[in-house]
Amino acid sequence: MRNHLFAFIAGLLMSIGITYSQMIDPIKVKAFLDVLGNWDPTLLVVMASALITYGIGFALIRKRNKPVFAPKFHLPEKRDVDRPLVVGSVLFGAGWGLVGYCPGPAMAALLAGSLGTLGFVAAMLLGFVLAGKFPLPAGTK
Amino acid sequence: METTFTPVSAAIGGVFIGLGGLLLYLFLGRIAGISGIIAGAMGQREGRGWRLAFIVGLLVGPSVVLWFDPTFHFNSPLLSVTVIIAGLLVGLGTRWGSGCTSGHGVCGVSRMSTRSIVATVLFVGVGILVASLINAGVAYA
Repeated sequence: MRNHLFAFIAGLLMSIGITYSQMIDPIKVKAFLDVLGNWDPTLLVVMASALITYGIGFALIRKRNKPVFAPKFHLPEKRDVDRPLVVGSVLFGAGWGLVGYCPGPAMAALLAGSLGTLGFVAAMLLGFVLAGKFPLPAGTK
Repeated sequence: METTFTPVSAAIGGVFIGLGGLLLYLFLGRIAGISGIIAGAMGQREGRGWRLAFIVGLLVGPSVVLWFDPTFHFNSPLLSVTVIIAGLLVGLGTRWGSGCTSGHGVCGVSRMSTRSIVATVLFVGVGILVASLINAGVAYA
């Protein structure tokens, strides 16, 4: 139960950050990605601030042997840059650039958002399921 | 679409995003990758509880910001074929690519993971190309 409470608070804090920083607004995100328009570097500040905060905290937590409520830390085990990573990230970037939504902001906007938000999230969840059913063959690059 | 540079709320929001991610790592030993958490909640029974709790936190975050500042406003896309295609691309891409802006962009880059750095350069790069060169014709309200 403690797990659930802390996971809830973690999601809540991230969502408050996504909202307050205006990453939840796809117009704001597209104003960062569209470098030929009236460029707005706000997203860069959001990312830099989140990176510095997480980086400092991560370095401190790393000294622990295990998490507070779990037997061990779960870190990704893959190390090599393979084809699914490259193809997936390119497709994700294309979808992100089209609308200005990545998974966190789209999900956070769901309750207050539009029918478009709902449609985006539904298609995204379908994408999760399809990608799970049809994994890309690895192979090196 | 004109937006104004808002560095202060961006920096504060970024700290919240970083803190949320740290909380999940410190207490549950998990990396706060939003696409992975949502897909995991759908696909596997083990660990579904904490993932759903995290998602509930994501969903209610904007309400907290609106409660503190009732004038806060953000835009959402109107439903269109492009929005659906973008959602599908983001869903497929983040699963095949093992992460999105939170898992790769924030958590992965700050712990200097090569895979995350490659993924982030790719999705930000492609996002910039698509947003700058393609007029997606998505409307927002």
